[in-house]
Amino acid sequence: MPLYYTQDHEWIDTNGAVGTVGITDYAQSQLGDITFVELPEAGSAVKKGDAPCVVDSVKAASDVYSPVSGTVTDINAALEGEPELVNTQPESGGWLFRLTLADAGELAGLMDRAAYDEFVAGL
Amino acid sequence: MRYLPLTPTDRTDMLGVIGAASIDDLFADVPGAARLTAPIAGLPHHASEMAVERHMAALAAKNVSAGSVPFFLGAGAYRHHVPASVDHLIQRGEFLTSYTPYQPEIAQGTLQVLFEFQTQVARLLGTDIANASMYDGSTACWEAVAMAGRITKRSRAVLCRGLHPHYVSTVQTMAKFTGDSIDYRAPKLEPQTDTAGLIAAIDETTSCVVVQYPDILGRIPDLAAIAKAAHAKGALLVAVVTEPVALGLIEAPGKLGADIVVGEGQAIGVGLNFGGPYLGLFGCSDKFVRQLPGRLCGETVDAEGKRGFVLTLSTREQHIRREKATSNICTNSGLCALAFSIHMTLLGGTGLAEMARISHLRARQTADALAAIPGVTVLNSVFFNEFTVLLGRDARDVVRVLADRGVLGGVSLGRLYPGVPELAQGLLITATETTTDADITALAAALKEVLA
Repeated sequence: MPLYYTQDHEWIDTNGAVGTVGITDYAQSQLGDITFVELPEAGSAVKKGDAPCVVDSVKAASDVYSPVSGTVTDINAALEGEPELVNTQPESGGWLFRLTLADAGELAGLMDRAAYDEFVAGL
Repeated sequence: MRYLPLTPTDRTDMLGVIGAASIDDLFADVPGAARLTAPIAGLPHHASEMAVERHMAALAAKNVSAGSVPFFLGAGAYRHHVPASVDHLIQRGEFLTSYTPYQPEIAQGTLQVLFEFQTQVARLLGTDIANASMYDGSTACWEAVAMAGRITKRSRAVLCRGLHPHYVSTVQTMAKFTGDSIDYRAPKLEPQTDTAGLIAAIDETTSCVVVQYPDILGRIPDLAAIAKAAHAKGALLVAVVTEPVALGLIEAPGKLGADIVVGEGQAIGVGLNFGGPYLGLFGCSDKFVRQLPGRLCGETVDAEGKRGFVLTLSTREQHIRREKATSNICTNSGLCALAFSIHMTLLGGTGLAEMARISHLRARQTADALAAIPGVTVLNSVFFNEFTVLLGRDARDVVRVLADRGVLGGVSLGRLYPGVPELAQGLLITATETTTDADITALAAALKEVLA
Protein backbone atom coordinates (compact mmCIF):
# COMPACT_ATOMS: atom_id res chain seq x y z
CA MET A 1 0.00 0.00 0.00
CA PRO A 2 1.35 3.43 -0.83
CA LEU A 3 2.34 5.80 1.96
CA TYR A 4 2.22 9.56 1.64
CA TYR A 5 3.68 12.28 3.86
CA THR A 6 2.97 15.97 4.49
CA GLN A 7 5.26 18.86 5.33
CA ASP A 8 3.45 19.03 8.68
CA HIS A 9 4.73 15.53 9.46
CA GLU A 10 1.52 13.55 9.07
CA TRP A 11 1.41 10.30 7.15
CA ILE A 12 -1.50 8.68 5.35
CA ASP A 13 -1.64 5.03 4.35
CA THR A 14 -4.36 4.45 1.77
CA ASN A 15 -5.85 2.00 -0.69
CA GLY A 16 -7.40 4.89 -2.61
CA ALA A 17 -10.81 4.77 -0.90
CA VAL A 18 -9.96 4.83 2.81
CA GLY A 19 -6.89 6.34 4.47
CA THR A 20 -5.28 5.82 7.87
CA VAL A 21 -3.62 8.95 9.33
CA GLY A 22 -0.89 9.34 11.93
CA ILE A 23 2.14 11.47 12.76
CA THR A 24 5.64 10.51 11.67
CA ASP A 25 8.47 9.12 13.75
CA TYR A 26 10.26 12.43 13.27
CA ALA A 27 7.21 14.33 14.63
CA GLN A 28 6.93 12.17 17.75
CA SER A 29 10.66 12.48 18.41
CA GLN A 30 10.34 16.29 18.28
CA LEU A 31 7.27 16.37 20.53
CA GLY A 32 8.62 14.18 23.30
CA ASP A 33 6.39 12.08 25.55
CA ILE A 34 2.80 12.17 24.33
CA THR A 35 0.37 12.57 27.24
CA PHE A 36 -3.00 12.88 25.53
CA VAL A 37 -4.54 12.61 22.10
CA GLU A 38 -7.76 14.45 21.31
CA LEU A 39 -9.39 12.48 18.50
CA PRO A 40 -12.12 13.54 16.08
CA GLU A 41 -15.59 12.00 16.19
CA ALA A 42 -16.37 9.18 13.82
CA GLY A 43 -18.72 10.50 11.15
CA SER A 44 -17.32 14.03 11.18
CA ALA A 45 -16.37 15.59 7.86
CA VAL A 46 -12.89 17.05 7.52
CA LYS A 47 -11.27 19.10 4.80
CA LYS A 48 -7.65 18.83 3.72
CA GLY A 49 -5.69 21.08 6.08
CA ASP A 50 -8.30 21.00 8.88
CA ALA A 51 -7.03 20.07 12.33
CA PRO A 52 -9.43 17.39 13.56
CA CYS A 53 -6.97 16.03 16.08
CA VAL A 54 -4.64 17.41 18.77
CA VAL A 55 -1.60 15.69 20.24
CA ASP A 56 -0.52 16.86 23.71
CA SER A 57 3.03 16.17 24.78
CA VAL A 58 5.11 17.25 27.73
CA LYS A 59 6.41 20.04 25.50
CA ALA A 60 3.42 21.28 23.51
CA ALA A 61 -0.06 20.75 22.20
CA SER A 62 0.08 20.28 18.45
CA ASP A 63 -2.67 20.24 15.89
CA VAL A 64 -2.68 17.32 13.48
CA TYR A 65 -3.77 18.42 10.01
CA SER A 66 -5.70 16.09 7.77
CA PRO A 67 -3.62 15.30 4.63
CA VAL A 68 -6.81 14.90 2.58
CA SER A 69 -10.54 15.66 2.71
CA GLY A 70 -13.07 13.02 3.72
CA THR A 71 -15.29 11.63 6.43
CA VAL A 72 -13.83 10.11 9.59
CA THR A 73 -14.81 6.43 9.79
CA ASP A 74 -12.75 5.20 12.71
CA ILE A 75 -10.51 6.44 15.52
CA ASN A 76 -7.76 4.67 17.41
CA ALA A 77 -9.56 4.17 20.72
CA ALA A 78 -6.46 2.49 22.22
CA LEU A 79 -4.83 5.94 22.47
CA GLU A 80 -7.27 7.00 25.18
CA GLY A 81 -5.57 4.71 27.68
CA GLU A 82 -2.17 4.45 25.95
CA PRO A 83 -1.29 7.76 24.26
CA GLU A 84 2.37 6.66 24.38
CA LEU A 85 1.63 4.35 21.43
CA VAL A 86 2.19 7.46 19.32
CA ASN A 87 5.78 7.51 20.63
CA THR A 88 6.48 3.79 20.47
CA GLN A 89 4.70 2.91 17.20
CA PRO A 90 4.11 6.25 15.44
CA GLU A 91 3.69 4.79 11.97
CA SER A 92 1.75 1.63 12.90
CA GLY A 93 -0.07 0.98 16.22
CA GLY A 94 -0.06 4.70 17.08
CA TRP A 95 -2.28 5.69 14.13
CA LEU A 96 -4.85 8.39 14.90
CA PHE A 97 -7.92 8.18 12.67
CA ARG A 98 -9.24 6.69 9.43
CA LEU A 99 -11.24 8.54 6.83
CA THR A 100 -12.86 7.97 3.45
CA LEU A 101 -11.15 9.91 0.67
CA ALA A 102 -13.37 12.53 -0.90
CA ASP A 103 -10.88 13.13 -3.71
CA ALA A 104 -8.01 10.69 -4.29
CA GLY A 105 -6.47 13.40 -6.47
CA GLU A 106 -5.47 15.26 -3.28
CA LEU A 107 -2.84 12.56 -2.66
CA ALA A 108 -0.89 13.82 -5.67
CA GLY A 109 0.27 16.88 -3.72
CA LEU A 110 1.86 14.79 -0.95
CA MET A 111 5.41 13.40 -0.62
CA ASP A 112 6.48 9.78 -0.87
CA ARG A 113 8.87 8.26 1.66
CA ALA A 114 12.03 9.22 -0.19
CA ALA A 115 10.89 12.80 -0.68
CA TYR A 116 9.84 13.08 2.97
CA ASP A 117 13.17 11.68 4.22
CA GLU A 118 14.95 14.25 2.09
CA PHE A 119 12.62 16.97 3.45
CA VAL A 120 13.38 15.99 7.06
CA ALA A 121 17.12 15.76 6.33
CA GLY A 122 16.95 19.36 5.14
CA LEU A 123 15.29 20.67 8.34
CA MET B 1 13.25 47.33 32.49
CA ARG B 2 13.78 50.48 30.46
CA TYR B 3 10.75 52.36 29.31
CA LEU B 4 11.13 53.24 25.64
CA PRO B 5 8.31 55.48 24.47
CA LEU B 6 7.14 55.30 20.89
CA THR B 7 8.18 58.00 18.50
CA PRO B 8 5.61 59.69 16.24
CA THR B 9 7.19 57.77 13.35
CA ASP B 10 6.68 54.44 15.18
CA ARG B 11 3.01 55.31 15.65
CA THR B 12 2.53 56.35 12.04
CA ASP B 13 4.20 53.13 10.87
CA MET B 14 2.00 50.96 13.07
CA LEU B 15 -1.16 52.80 12.04
CA GLY B 16 -0.13 52.32 8.41
CA VAL B 17 0.22 48.56 8.88
CA ILE B 18 -3.29 48.19 10.30
CA GLY B 19 -4.79 50.71 7.90
CA ALA B 20 -5.90 53.33 10.42
CA ALA B 21 -5.44 57.04 9.77
CA SER B 22 -5.14 58.12 13.40
CA ILE B 23 -5.21 56.82 16.97
CA ASP B 24 -8.77 58.18 17.28
CA ASP B 25 -9.82 55.80 14.48
CA LEU B 26 -9.18 52.93 16.88
CA PHE B 27 -11.97 54.21 19.13
CA ALA B 28 -14.55 54.53 16.38
CA ASP B 29 -16.69 51.86 18.11
CA VAL B 30 -17.15 54.08 21.18
CA PRO B 31 -20.28 56.19 20.59
CA GLY B 32 -19.45 59.85 19.92
CA ALA B 33 -21.57 61.02 22.83
CA ALA B 34 -19.46 58.96 25.22
CA ARG B 35 -16.14 60.38 23.98
CA LEU B 36 -14.46 63.36 25.60
CA THR B 37 -13.47 66.17 23.29
CA ALA B 38 -12.08 68.41 26.00
CA PRO B 39 -11.00 68.12 29.65
CA ILE B 40 -13.88 67.35 32.05
CA ALA B 41 -15.49 70.67 32.93
CA GLY B 42 -15.24 71.85 36.51
CA LEU B 43 -12.58 69.34 37.53
CA PRO B 44 -10.02 71.03 39.78
CA HIS B 45 -6.43 70.61 38.67
CA HIS B 46 -4.53 70.52 41.93
CA ALA B 47 -5.21 69.65 45.54
CA SER B 48 -2.94 68.69 48.40
CA GLU B 49 -2.97 65.15 49.79
CA MET B 50 -4.58 66.38 53.01
CA ALA B 51 -7.27 68.25 51.11
CA VAL B 52 -8.03 65.18 49.00
CA GLU B 53 -8.23 63.01 52.14
CA ARG B 54 -10.67 65.45 53.75
CA HIS B 55 -12.74 65.58 50.60
CA MET B 56 -12.86 61.80 50.21
CA ALA B 57 -13.67 61.29 53.90
CA ALA B 58 -16.60 63.69 53.55
CA LEU B 59 -17.86 61.77 50.52
CA ALA B 60 -17.43 58.42 52.29
CA ALA B 61 -19.40 59.74 55.27
CA LYS B 62 -22.45 60.00 53.02
CA ASN B 63 -22.48 56.20 52.65
CA VAL B 64 -24.30 53.98 55.10
CA SER B 65 -21.83 51.14 55.49
CA ALA B 66 -22.86 47.53 55.98
CA GLY B 67 -21.41 47.20 59.45
CA SER B 68 -22.87 50.43 60.83
CA VAL B 69 -26.63 49.72 60.70
CA PRO B 70 -29.05 46.78 60.67
CA PHE B 71 -28.19 45.17 57.33
CA PHE B 72 -30.34 42.72 55.34
CA LEU B 73 -28.86 42.93 51.84
CA GLY B 74 -27.83 39.89 49.84
CA ALA B 75 -28.82 39.05 46.27
CA GLY B 76 -25.44 37.67 45.30
CA ALA B 77 -23.14 39.52 47.73
CA TYR B 78 -23.20 38.42 51.36
CA ARG B 79 -21.98 39.92 54.58
CA HIS B 80 -20.42 37.20 56.70
CA HIS B 81 -17.92 37.61 59.48
CA VAL B 82 -14.36 37.33 58.19
CA PRO B 83 -11.94 36.71 61.05
CA ALA B 84 -9.07 39.20 61.38
CA SER B 85 -6.65 36.28 61.05
CA VAL B 86 -7.63 35.93 57.36
CA ASP B 87 -6.35 39.42 56.56
CA HIS B 88 -3.19 38.75 58.53
CA LEU B 89 -2.42 35.42 56.89
CA ILE B 90 -3.02 36.48 53.28
CA GLN B 91 -0.19 39.01 53.67
CA ARG B 92 2.48 36.44 54.53
CA GLY B 93 5.54 36.32 52.29
CA GLU B 94 4.84 32.75 51.17
CA PHE B 95 1.88 34.05 49.19
CA LEU B 96 3.69 36.76 47.25
CA THR B 97 2.90 37.14 44.53
CA SER B 98 -0.70 36.15 44.07
CA TYR B 99 -0.28 36.60 40.33
CA THR B 100 -0.37 33.58 38.01
CA PRO B 101 2.38 31.27 39.29
CA TYR B 102 4.10 30.31 36.04
CA GLN B 103 7.38 29.63 37.85
CA PRO B 104 6.86 26.80 40.33
CA GLU B 105 10.39 27.21 41.71
CA ILE B 106 9.42 30.56 43.27
CA ALA B 107 5.67 30.13 43.80
CA GLN B 108 5.20 27.01 45.90
CA GLY B 109 3.19 28.87 48.57
CA THR B 110 0.69 30.21 46.07
CA LEU B 111 0.53 26.94 44.14
CA GLN B 112 -0.03 24.87 47.27
CA VAL B 113 -2.84 27.11 48.47
CA LEU B 114 -4.49 27.03 45.04
CA PHE B 115 -4.23 23.23 45.07
CA GLU B 116 -5.90 23.18 48.48
CA PHE B 117 -8.45 25.76 47.30
CA GLN B 118 -9.40 23.46 44.41
CA THR B 119 -9.83 20.56 46.82
CA GLN B 120 -12.04 22.66 49.10
CA VAL B 121 -14.16 23.95 46.24
CA ALA B 122 -14.61 20.49 44.73
CA ARG B 123 -15.72 19.14 48.11
CA LEU B 124 -18.02 22.10 48.72
CA LEU B 125 -19.69 21.90 45.28
CA GLY B 126 -19.74 18.10 45.26
CA THR B 127 -17.77 17.85 42.01
CA ASP B 128 -14.80 15.63 41.10
CA ILE B 129 -12.58 18.57 40.28
CA ALA B 130 -12.45 22.37 40.52
CA ASN B 131 -10.21 24.96 38.90
CA ALA B 132 -8.07 27.62 40.57
CA SER B 133 -10.99 30.12 40.32
CA MET B 134 -12.50 32.53 37.78
CA TYR B 135 -13.18 36.29 37.91
CA ASP B 136 -16.56 36.05 39.64
CA GLY B 137 -19.79 34.10 39.74
CA SER B 138 -21.33 35.64 36.65
CA THR B 139 -18.33 35.07 34.38
CA ALA B 140 -18.00 31.54 35.77
CA CYS B 141 -21.67 31.06 34.84
CA TRP B 142 -21.01 32.09 31.24
CA GLU B 143 -17.90 29.89 31.09
CA ALA B 144 -20.06 26.94 32.16
CA VAL B 145 -22.55 27.66 29.36
CA ALA B 146 -19.68 27.89 26.85
CA MET B 147 -18.14 24.67 28.17
CA ALA B 148 -21.47 22.83 27.92
CA GLY B 149 -21.64 23.98 24.30
CA ARG B 150 -18.20 22.52 23.58
CA ILE B 151 -19.10 19.21 25.22
CA THR B 152 -22.56 18.73 23.71
CA LYS B 153 -21.82 20.52 20.43
CA ARG B 154 -25.16 22.31 20.89
CA SER B 155 -25.74 26.03 21.26
CA ARG B 156 -29.05 26.61 23.04
CA ALA B 157 -28.88 27.24 26.79
CA VAL B 158 -31.98 27.30 28.98
CA LEU B 159 -31.66 29.59 32.00
CA CYS B 160 -34.00 29.09 34.94
CA ARG B 161 -36.22 32.03 35.87
CA GLY B 162 -34.52 32.29 39.25
CA LEU B 163 -31.02 32.96 37.88
CA HIS B 164 -29.57 36.23 39.19
CA PRO B 165 -30.41 38.90 36.57
CA HIS B 166 -26.80 40.14 36.51
CA TYR B 167 -25.67 36.61 35.66
CA VAL B 168 -28.35 36.50 32.96
CA SER B 169 -27.00 39.77 31.52
CA THR B 170 -23.45 38.43 31.49
CA VAL B 171 -24.53 35.28 29.66
CA GLN B 172 -26.63 37.27 27.17
CA THR B 173 -23.76 39.68 26.52
CA MET B 174 -21.29 36.89 25.78
CA ALA B 175 -23.84 34.94 23.74
CA LYS B 176 -24.18 37.95 21.43
CA PHE B 177 -20.65 37.26 20.23
CA THR B 178 -20.75 33.46 20.13
CA GLY B 179 -24.23 33.25 18.59
CA ASP B 180 -25.56 30.94 21.31
CA SER B 181 -29.30 31.11 21.79
CA ILE B 182 -30.37 31.86 25.35
CA ASP B 183 -33.82 30.91 26.61
CA TYR B 184 -34.75 33.05 29.61
CA ARG B 185 -37.80 34.64 31.27
CA ALA B 186 -38.03 36.72 34.44
CA PRO B 187 -39.29 34.96 37.58
CA LYS B 188 -42.84 34.97 38.90
CA LEU B 189 -43.73 35.66 42.52
CA GLU B 190 -44.50 32.05 43.40
CA PRO B 191 -43.59 30.16 46.59
CA GLN B 192 -41.68 27.50 44.65
CA THR B 193 -39.56 27.38 41.52
CA ASP B 194 -41.23 26.36 38.28
CA THR B 195 -39.60 22.94 37.81
CA ALA B 196 -42.19 21.70 35.30
CA GLY B 197 -41.90 24.82 33.14
CA LEU B 198 -38.12 24.60 33.15
CA ILE B 199 -38.12 20.92 32.22
CA ALA B 200 -40.59 21.61 29.39
CA ALA B 201 -38.11 24.07 27.86
CA ILE B 202 -35.35 21.42 27.54
CA ASP B 203 -35.19 19.73 24.14
CA GLU B 204 -32.75 17.86 21.86
CA THR B 205 -31.02 21.11 20.88
CA THR B 206 -30.36 22.20 24.48
CA SER B 207 -26.69 22.32 25.50
CA CYS B 208 -27.41 22.97 29.15
CA VAL B 209 -29.96 24.08 31.66
CA VAL B 210 -28.65 26.64 34.15
CA VAL B 211 -30.23 26.58 37.60
CA GLN B 212 -29.43 28.82 40.55
CA TYR B 213 -29.50 27.04 43.92
CA PRO B 214 -30.86 28.64 46.10
CA ASP B 215 -32.36 30.95 43.46
CA ILE B 216 -32.60 34.75 43.31
CA LEU B 217 -35.82 34.75 45.37
CA GLY B 218 -34.24 32.42 47.95
CA ARG B 219 -36.18 29.36 46.79
CA ILE B 220 -34.49 25.97 46.53
CA PRO B 221 -35.08 24.17 43.22
CA ASP B 222 -35.28 20.39 42.82
CA LEU B 223 -31.92 19.86 41.14
CA ALA B 224 -32.18 16.07 41.01
CA ALA B 225 -35.39 16.17 38.95
CA ILE B 226 -33.96 18.80 36.59
CA ALA B 227 -30.71 16.81 36.20
CA LYS B 228 -32.68 13.72 35.23
CA ALA B 229 -34.75 15.62 32.67
CA ALA B 230 -31.69 17.35 31.20
CA HIS B 231 -29.71 14.14 30.89
CA ALA B 232 -32.66 12.41 29.19
CA LYS B 233 -32.35 14.99 26.38
CA GLY B 234 -28.54 14.81 26.25
CA ALA B 235 -28.19 18.23 27.91
CA LEU B 236 -25.98 19.10 30.89
CA LEU B 237 -27.11 20.60 34.17
CA VAL B 238 -25.17 23.69 35.26
CA ALA B 239 -25.86 24.63 38.88
CA VAL B 240 -25.09 28.17 40.06
CA VAL B 241 -24.45 28.92 43.73
CA THR B 242 -24.28 32.59 44.71
CA GLU B 243 -24.25 31.89 48.46
CA PRO B 244 -21.75 29.06 49.06
CA VAL B 245 -22.42 29.08 52.80
CA ALA B 246 -25.75 27.43 51.95
CA LEU B 247 -23.82 24.29 51.05
CA GLY B 248 -22.96 23.91 54.73
CA LEU B 249 -26.59 22.96 55.21
CA ILE B 250 -28.10 21.75 51.92
CA GLU B 251 -26.84 18.99 49.62
CA ALA B 252 -24.05 19.91 47.18
CA PRO B 253 -25.27 20.31 43.57
CA GLY B 254 -22.67 17.85 42.26
CA LYS B 255 -24.23 15.17 44.45
CA LEU B 256 -27.66 15.90 42.95
CA GLY B 257 -26.59 15.30 39.35
CA ALA B 258 -25.20 18.68 38.25
CA ASP B 259 -22.47 18.18 35.62
CA ILE B 260 -20.92 21.60 36.12
CA VAL B 261 -21.26 23.65 39.30
CA VAL B 262 -20.22 27.30 39.39
CA GLY B 263 -20.56 29.90 42.05
CA GLU B 264 -19.58 33.14 43.67
CA GLY B 265 -17.06 32.56 46.46
CA GLN B 266 -17.24 36.07 47.93
CA ALA B 267 -19.29 35.00 50.97
CA ILE B 268 -16.34 33.07 52.38
CA GLY B 269 -13.24 35.06 53.32
CA VAL B 270 -13.57 37.89 50.82
CA GLY B 271 -16.01 40.42 52.28
CA LEU B 272 -18.33 42.80 50.44
CA ASN B 273 -15.49 44.96 49.06
CA PHE B 274 -17.82 47.49 47.39
CA GLY B 275 -18.90 44.81 44.91
CA GLY B 276 -15.51 43.46 43.85
CA PRO B 277 -13.05 41.95 43.25
CA TYR B 278 -14.90 38.70 43.79
CA LEU B 279 -14.16 35.06 43.25
CA GLY B 280 -15.59 32.68 40.65
CA LEU B 281 -15.89 29.03 41.69
CA PHE B 282 -15.89 26.37 38.99
CA GLY B 283 -16.17 22.61 39.44
CA CYS B 284 -17.17 19.77 37.16
CA SER B 285 -17.08 16.08 36.53
CA ASP B 286 -13.63 14.53 35.98
CA LYS B 287 -14.50 13.41 32.45
CA PHE B 288 -14.76 17.07 31.35
CA VAL B 289 -11.35 18.12 32.69
CA ARG B 290 -9.92 18.93 29.25
CA GLN B 291 -12.84 21.27 28.55
CA LEU B 292 -12.43 23.09 31.87
CA PRO B 293 -11.67 26.81 31.52
CA GLY B 294 -9.01 28.58 33.55
CA ARG B 295 -6.08 27.56 35.65
CA LEU B 296 -5.55 24.18 37.26
CA CYS B 297 -2.87 23.36 39.85
CA GLY B 298 -1.62 19.82 40.29
CA GLU B 299 0.50 17.94 42.77
CA THR B 300 3.76 16.40 41.57
CA VAL B 301 7.29 15.57 42.75
CA ASP B 302 10.42 17.55 42.00
CA ALA B 303 13.77 16.21 40.70
CA GLU B 304 14.63 15.07 44.24
CA GLY B 305 11.32 13.27 44.69
CA LYS B 306 9.89 15.90 47.06
CA ARG B 307 6.21 16.86 46.94
CA GLY B 308 5.55 20.01 44.93
CA PHE B 309 2.87 21.86 42.99
CA VAL B 310 2.66 23.08 39.38
CA LEU B 311 0.18 24.44 36.88
CA THR B 312 -1.15 21.47 34.97
CA LEU B 313 -3.06 20.69 31.76
CA SER B 314 -2.02 24.14 30.53
CA THR B 315 -2.45 23.03 26.93
CA ARG B 316 -6.15 23.95 27.34
CA GLU B 317 -5.10 27.52 28.02
CA GLN B 318 -4.74 30.61 25.95
CA HIS B 319 -1.01 31.10 26.53
CA ILE B 320 -0.35 27.77 24.78
CA ARG B 321 -3.33 27.01 22.55
CA ARG B 322 -4.06 30.60 21.56
CA GLU B 323 -7.36 30.82 19.71
CA LYS B 324 -8.17 27.17 20.41
CA ALA B 325 -8.04 27.55 24.18
CA THR B 326 -11.09 26.50 26.20
CA SER B 327 -11.47 30.06 27.45
CA ASN B 328 -10.00 33.52 27.07
CA ILE B 329 -9.77 33.61 30.85
CA CYS B 330 -6.21 32.54 31.47
CA THR B 331 -5.85 33.62 35.05
CA ASN B 332 -7.51 33.32 38.43
CA SER B 333 -8.61 35.52 41.34
CA GLY B 334 -5.51 34.58 43.30
CA LEU B 335 -5.81 36.84 46.31
CA CYS B 336 -9.54 36.23 46.80
CA ALA B 337 -8.99 32.49 46.39
CA LEU B 338 -6.30 32.66 49.05
CA ALA B 339 -8.64 34.48 51.45
CA PHE B 340 -11.42 31.97 50.72
CA SER B 341 -9.09 29.06 51.34
CA ILE B 342 -7.76 30.44 54.62
CA HIS B 343 -11.24 31.27 55.91
CA MET B 344 -12.49 27.83 54.87
CA THR B 345 -9.51 26.20 56.58
CA LEU B 346 -10.23 28.13 59.79
CA LEU B 347 -13.91 27.12 59.65
CA GLY B 348 -13.44 23.48 58.70
CA GLY B 349 -16.46 21.38 57.75
CA THR B 350 -17.97 21.77 61.22
CA GLY B 351 -17.47 25.53 61.28
CA LEU B 352 -19.06 25.95 57.86
CA ALA B 353 -22.08 23.88 58.89
CA GLU B 354 -22.39 25.95 62.07
CA MET B 355 -22.14 29.24 60.15
CA ALA B 356 -24.83 27.94 57.78
CA ARG B 357 -27.05 26.79 60.64
CA ILE B 358 -26.88 30.16 62.41
CA SER B 359 -27.47 32.07 59.15
CA HIS B 360 -30.55 29.97 58.45
CA LEU B 361 -31.80 30.38 62.02
CA ARG B 362 -31.38 34.18 61.82
CA ALA B 363 -33.25 34.24 58.51
CA ARG B 364 -36.11 32.22 59.99
CA GLN B 365 -36.30 34.57 62.96
CA THR B 366 -36.35 37.55 60.59
CA ALA B 367 -39.07 35.96 58.42
CA ASP B 368 -41.19 35.21 61.50
CA ALA B 369 -40.84 38.78 62.77
CA LEU B 370 -41.79 40.27 59.38
CA ALA B 371 -44.67 37.86 58.77
CA ALA B 372 -46.35 39.31 61.87
CA ILE B 373 -46.53 42.77 60.28
CA PRO B 374 -49.86 43.64 58.60
CA GLY B 375 -49.33 43.98 54.85
CA VAL B 376 -46.27 41.72 54.70
CA THR B 377 -46.42 38.24 53.15
CA VAL B 378 -43.45 35.87 53.13
CA LEU B 379 -43.39 34.33 49.65
CA ASN B 380 -41.06 31.34 50.13
CA SER B 381 -42.17 27.99 51.45
CA VAL B 382 -38.48 26.99 51.79
CA PHE B 383 -35.34 29.12 52.04
CA PHE B 384 -31.80 29.11 53.37
CA ASN B 385 -30.73 32.59 54.53
CA GLU B 386 -32.55 34.69 51.97
CA PHE B 387 -36.25 35.04 51.28
CA THR B 388 -38.71 37.27 49.46
CA VAL B 389 -41.50 39.26 51.08
CA LEU B 390 -44.42 40.89 49.27
CA LEU B 391 -45.29 44.38 50.48
CA GLY B 392 -48.35 45.20 48.38
CA ARG B 393 -46.62 48.39 47.20
CA ASP B 394 -43.43 49.40 45.42
CA ALA B 395 -40.61 47.93 47.49
CA ARG B 396 -38.04 50.37 46.05
CA ASP B 397 -39.77 53.27 47.79
CA VAL B 398 -39.93 51.30 51.03
CA VAL B 399 -36.21 50.50 50.89
CA ARG B 400 -35.48 54.22 50.40
CA VAL B 401 -37.53 55.23 53.45
CA LEU B 402 -35.99 52.44 55.56
CA ALA B 403 -32.49 53.59 54.57
CA ASP B 404 -33.35 57.13 55.66
CA ARG B 405 -34.28 55.65 59.03
CA GLY B 406 -30.93 53.87 59.27
CA VAL B 407 -32.01 50.37 58.29
CA LEU B 408 -30.69 48.67 55.13
CA GLY B 409 -33.79 46.56 54.75
CA GLY B 410 -33.08 44.39 51.71
CA VAL B 411 -32.81 44.48 47.94
CA SER B 412 -35.99 45.43 46.12
CA LEU B 413 -36.89 43.32 43.12
CA GLY B 414 -37.69 46.57 41.32
CA ARG B 415 -33.98 47.37 41.47
CA LEU B 416 -33.01 43.94 40.13
CA TYR B 417 -35.80 43.86 37.50
CA PRO B 418 -36.45 47.50 36.55
CA GLY B 419 -38.63 46.59 33.58
CA VAL B 420 -40.90 44.09 35.30
CA PRO B 421 -43.77 45.83 37.18
CA GLU B 422 -45.24 42.52 38.43
CA LEU B 423 -42.15 42.09 40.63
CA ALA B 424 -42.06 45.62 42.03
CA GLN B 425 -43.70 44.74 45.35
CA GLY B 426 -41.06 42.08 46.12
CA LEU B 427 -38.30 42.68 48.66
CA LEU B 428 -35.41 40.25 49.02
CA ILE B 429 -34.19 39.92 52.59
CA THR B 430 -31.01 38.21 53.78
CA ALA B 431 -29.73 37.33 57.23
CA THR B 432 -26.39 35.84 58.25
CA GLU B 433 -24.58 34.98 61.46
CA THR B 434 -23.81 38.73 61.71
CA THR B 435 -27.52 39.55 62.15
CA THR B 436 -28.42 40.31 65.77
CA ASP B 437 -31.73 40.22 67.65
CA ALA B 438 -31.57 44.02 67.81
CA ASP B 439 -31.18 44.19 64.00
CA ILE B 440 -34.28 42.06 63.48
CA THR B 441 -36.28 44.12 65.96
CA ALA B 442 -35.15 47.34 64.28
CA LEU B 443 -36.12 46.11 60.79
CA ALA B 444 -39.52 44.84 61.93
CA ALA B 445 -40.29 48.07 63.81
CA ALA B 446 -39.22 50.31 60.91
CA LEU B 447 -41.07 48.28 58.29
CA LYS B 448 -44.24 48.25 60.42
CA GLU B 449 -44.13 52.03 60.69
CA VAL B 450 -43.44 52.55 56.99
CA LEU B 451 -46.29 50.28 55.93
CA ALA B 452 -48.79 51.56 58.49
